[in-house]
Amino acid sequence: MHTLITLASSEPAATSAATGVTSYAWLLLAFPLFGAALLLFGGRVLDKAGPMIAVLLSWAACVVGVLIAISMMGADPSDRSHTLHLFSWVPAGTFDVNASLLLDPLSITFVLLVTFVGSLIHVYSLGYMEGDSDKRRFFAYLNLFVAAMLTVVLSDNYLMLYAGWEGVGLASYLLIGFWYHKPAYASAGNKAFFANRVGDVGMSIAIMLMFVEFGRTDFAGVNAAASQASEGILTAIGLMLLLGACAKSAQFPLQSWLGDAMAGPTPVSALIHAATMVTAGVYLVVRSHVLFDLAPTAQLVVVIVGAVTLLYGAVVGCAKDDLKKALAASTMSQIGYMMLAAGLGPIGYAFAIFHLLTHGFFKAGMFLGAGSVMHAMDDQVNMRRFGGLATLMKITWVTFGLGWLAIMGVPPFAGFWSKDKIIEAAFVGEGWRPWVFGLAALIGAGITAFYMSRLFFMTFHGKRRWTDDQHPHEAPLSMTVPMIILAVGSAGLGLILGPTGIITSWLEPVVGSAEGGHEPVLSVPVLTVLTLLLVAAGIALAWWRYLRESVPVVAPVGSLATRAARRDLFQDDINEGLFMRPGIHLTRSLVFADNKGIDGGVGGLAAFVGGLSARARRVQNGFVRSYALTMLGGVVVILGALWVVQ
Amino acid sequence: MIASMAGALPTEFVMTQISYAAVLPMLLVFGGAMIGVLIEAFAPRRFRHEAQVTLTLLTLVAALVAIATSARDHQGITAAGAVVIDGPALIFQGVIVALAAVGVLAMAERFTADEADAFTQSGAAVPGSPREAAAVRLGATSTEVFPLTLFAVAGMMLFPASADLLVMFVALEVLSLPLYILSGLARRRRLLSQEASLKYFLLGAFSSAFFLFGAALIYGYAGSLELSDIATAVQNQSGMDGLLIPGVLLVVVGLLFKVGAAPFHAWTPDVYQGAPSPVTGFMAAGTKVAAFGALLRVLYVAFEGVRWDWMPILWGVAILTMVVGAVLSVTQTDMKRLLAYSSIAHAGFILVGVLALNQKGVSSTLFYLVAYGFMTIAAFAIVALVRSSGNEATHLSQWAGLGKRSPIVAGVFAFLLLAFTGIPLTSGFTAKFAVFAAAVAGGGTWLVIVGIICSGITAFVYIRIIVLMYFSEPAGDTMVMTPTVMSTLCISLGTLVTLWLGIIPSPLLDLASQSTLFLR
Amino acid sequence: MLSPYLVVGGVVLVGVLLFVAAMGARRLIAPSAPTPAKESTYECGVDPVGEGWAQTNVRYFLYAFLYVIFAVDAVYLFPWATVIRSSDLALASLAEVGIFVGVLLIGLAHAWRHGLLRWL
Repeated sequence: MHTLITLASSEPAATSAATGVTSYAWLLLAFPLFGAALLLFGGRVLDKAGPMIAVLLSWAACVVGVLIAISMMGADPSDRSHTLHLFSWVPAGTFDVNASLLLDPLSITFVLLVTFVGSLIHVYSLGYMEGDSDKRRFFAYLNLFVAAMLTVVLSDNYLMLYAGWEGVGLASYLLIGFWYHKPAYASAGNKAFFANRVGDVGMSIAIMLMFVEFGRTDFAGVNAAASQASEGILTAIGLMLLLGACAKSAQFPLQSWLGDAMAGPTPVSALIHAATMVTAGVYLVVRSHVLFDLAPTAQLVVVIVGAVTLLYGAVVGCAKDDLKKALAASTMSQIGYMMLAAGLGPIGYAFAIFHLLTHGFFKAGMFLGAGSVMHAMDDQVNMRRFGGLATLMKITWVTFGLGWLAIMGVPPFAGFWSKDKIIEAAFVGEGWRPWVFGLAALIGAGITAFYMSRLFFMTFHGKRRWTDDQHPHEAPLSMTVPMIILAVGSAGLGLILGPTGIITSWLEPVVGSAEGGHEPVLSVPVLTVLTLLLVAAGIALAWWRYLRESVPVVAPVGSLATRAARRDLFQDDINEGLFMRPGIHLTRSLVFADNKGIDGGVGGLAAFVGGLSARARRVQNGFVRSYALTMLGGVVVILGALWVVQ
Repeated sequence: MIASMAGALPTEFVMTQISYAAVLPMLLVFGGAMIGVLIEAFAPRRFRHEAQVTLTLLTLVAALVAIATSARDHQGITAAGAVVIDGPALIFQGVIVALAAVGVLAMAERFTADEADAFTQSGAAVPGSPREAAAVRLGATSTEVFPLTLFAVAGMMLFPASADLLVMFVALEVLSLPLYILSGLARRRRLLSQEASLKYFLLGAFSSAFFLFGAALIYGYAGSLELSDIATAVQNQSGMDGLLIPGVLLVVVGLLFKVGAAPFHAWTPDVYQGAPSPVTGFMAAGTKVAAFGALLRVLYVAFEGVRWDWMPILWGVAILTMVVGAVLSVTQTDMKRLLAYSSIAHAGFILVGVLALNQKGVSSTLFYLVAYGFMTIAAFAIVALVRSSGNEATHLSQWAGLGKRSPIVAGVFAFLLLAFTGIPLTSGFTAKFAVFAAAVAGGGTWLVIVGIICSGITAFVYIRIIVLMYFSEPAGDTMVMTPTVMSTLCISLGTLVTLWLGIIPSPLLDLASQSTLFLR
Repeated sequence: MLSPYLVVGGVVLVGVLLFVAAMGARRLIAPSAPTPAKESTYECGVDPVGEGWAQTNVRYFLYAFLYVIFAVDAVYLFPWATVIRSSDLALASLAEVGIFVGVLLIGLAHAWRHGLLRWL
């Protein structure tokens, strides 16, 4: 087996102004943004042609991305970082923010992922949304999302990143609630929104702190100034950024929204809630690696968050019968792996991004497969109602199967190259940490194998458990082609980029690399064998429980642990107990849209504020005399405060 | 004391030098209002509306031109130290006139003939009386709103340009009195509107008393009402702090009432709800700009020397304002009340910028005011369009599913709500960022953290409306009126400015940061 | 510094004392023999009819309003009288007062055209 690639750590490469094809990078944002605007404001005329335009514009952005990547590959590794100045955005005195794009190996990697997977999913949606009357709006939102996501990864400062951050949040919010005629769906949109607001508060505080401490918010400036800042400040900034990342990437403790977000159309789940947006948190941590390197406490918290989430997601994934929710739990868990890697420092950054990339392919592929199954089964998502689909939907079965092998880390598929490296990296270090985090990652791999096999067997193998009026059939070409391409990616991408060392040397100018001499506490071959054994055990257990024995159509009561996992380990109950109960009885009768708006768990915080608000509202009774008294009281308090102060 | 005052009195009246070029914009607006009154008196009823709208818009445009040309070239203190035309005064006047022009467009909306405008036919008649019925039958109109608006605009322009507490008080009354009347002129829900008008008047009078009392105390301290003299006296420490600081605070209370800061905010929701929607928009935008302009002037020019005595108290006010505005907006079920509480919260955010007490404080406050002004006028203009069985549909539940019924109106409103929230690429974001950055530079980091949390809470409120408009089934008979060119222009201008300031805020920020120097 | 105010205060005090002394002296000297007729509202013999609270027609309010406006504004004309004959201020002050009165007249014209001066 290969050992950890160890190169001498190098300074981040100097950044130069963009020239040549790179100076056309603004087209990356312009194409999808134009598409969104055109489709939103174009009116009914575009109902027919609109989706096609959106698809073409998305591919156009992809082509620009590929061209830039090619020109970047041709350049010397030290000359791969460029900025493209667009315009002065906020020139407020000494503090000015430019709207500039940063094009370096890290951002271009993301650009390729977002535009390529995004464009494939655009194509897939042509088939999936065929019959929907609101197709135009759907594609407008998709294009909007692509534009916002590219803003996140291309911006050269935290402020513009924040703009894109809000943009992807908005797009995801609009898409989750796209089928708003079902109240539960709209409510799911709300829940996602609340979790993200909590994260946004963290992000804005982090940006403000940067502004106070460094006087600027561009990556280069912040990185340059960070070494002079005190560790306390850097830790605070790091933790606040992490809060933002946790909300966006559905990491513990802000993970609850992702499962509900599956209410959206399946292409959305594939693009936003598997491949791209939810990984933005990982991108943020890697992009801010200079800050995190200088704040070990914040780094440790990142690792803990990653480890907790990867186990949490894996456990929840074992109990879900809803195909998409099980996949969502798995996404959560896989992003936990990436977070864990990103928190490990220089040793893990490249692998975090590598796993993100491969995950983007195999998870998107599996979601599209799930969509294809749902398409065939009249939107049924209960896996207990599937079974035996392998023979009827051959393409879906094969493509999904490749994704399944990839996520479990079966060699030589993608997951083996990316996830195993993270497990190895987690075992590096001294004292208790490698054992705790390494074992968490290792056990996570075993559980992953179990729940993914369970999902795969229950869906495609065993007895047919669907009702007689369903006639499963393979999806149209526009849906199967993207699935095939993604499946090829999930099978081969790891092999191309991993053992060849392409990904590490490609990202090295940005994130640096680990200095030599880091060996895991257990030797690498031992770890590989252990991982594979656990994976095999997981598959075997799933085969024993779900293929050998018949699967009951109605879920059995199950043990206490199963029931806990089915209820997302009581996440909603905890949220409710902490935030919701105190205010709920007051607001029930007062808040008009209670039934629609804030029944969701995270809405509890809002309910608490609502309760407070309802009490305070009684002061506003409509009598002038009371108002005048309030004013007089205010004056008296102010003068009284003055008297006390002096 | 008496001897010294007698000595100060001139033996003969000396003619005051007034730089007419400098005050030309205000004179234009005042003159336009006068002509408006004459039109109201003598023009035939058929032509009045067109004549008034034309006159008002022309006057405002002329005033804007005068500000940019003649007034800008004649800066200085004029009219015996009563009026000061300097950078901030000019830019505040310009903003007020521009906002007023957009606001007037919304007021001029009449829809089709049988629907008529937002104003009652007979403001003086008892609601439901035979006299009102007669006025309706005769097809009377309330075109008085236009001269009244111009009078209010004249007062608003004088307010941030006054160099003297007494002139400032006069300006306060000149801008307030027309607004009291305007709020009572709603065409529908007459009683609610009249109640709002009376409440506004009573509480406004109450707050004016505080202002006057404070001015009197300051006169006792400094022996003068001119802001520059007060500043000198404050610097010289004449040792009667017992008069000065309460005086400062009482004057500030009078101004805080106008901006709707807690705990002097109680009138805001009732008045915003009762007043005709276009007036509410104009009032919310114009009054805030003018009052914050005056607040900046007194705090930065006259009382800056004792800042440590009043700053902590105003920090408290700012925090209370943000919290009250944000928390109370959560349970509102009426669109106009909700926007009122949102305006309270915004007043708190702006106060955060004011309290930075540096140049960036002035420029960011100004930017926020412009951003808020345009979005709020457009938002209220949209509120006036949404109707249910003839009345304005202000209950939130009546807005359900608006996205289905009229996607464009709902889309624009959603955009404005996003701007209220402070989502990037809208002016609201740049504005919030500017004031918070200024406050952080001025040492108010805690204030900023409270601000960010409060804006998080308000975001919930705004997004809930978007959810309601897009993710609910339409209910009831809510419909959207087809706006004529007037409202369309008003809403488009407000929205475009909001978008423009979000994407390319630099021109305005530059302009604002060049005009932060108060003349003493 | 406060001495001038002491004089003012002294004058006020003396005034109050004089008033109290006069009223007190009347109270002490005058005989008091009340009868029901003397206690009635109008001692001249007209019997009071109805309530003490009488409603005034609201139309008087308009007149009172206009009266207050013009009577109070007339006060501002008095200072003008002191400068109208001086050579350098005469014309300018004439113009200014003209504007001042003109503004009031415009308001009056508006009130007149809207029928506020008519006794309905």
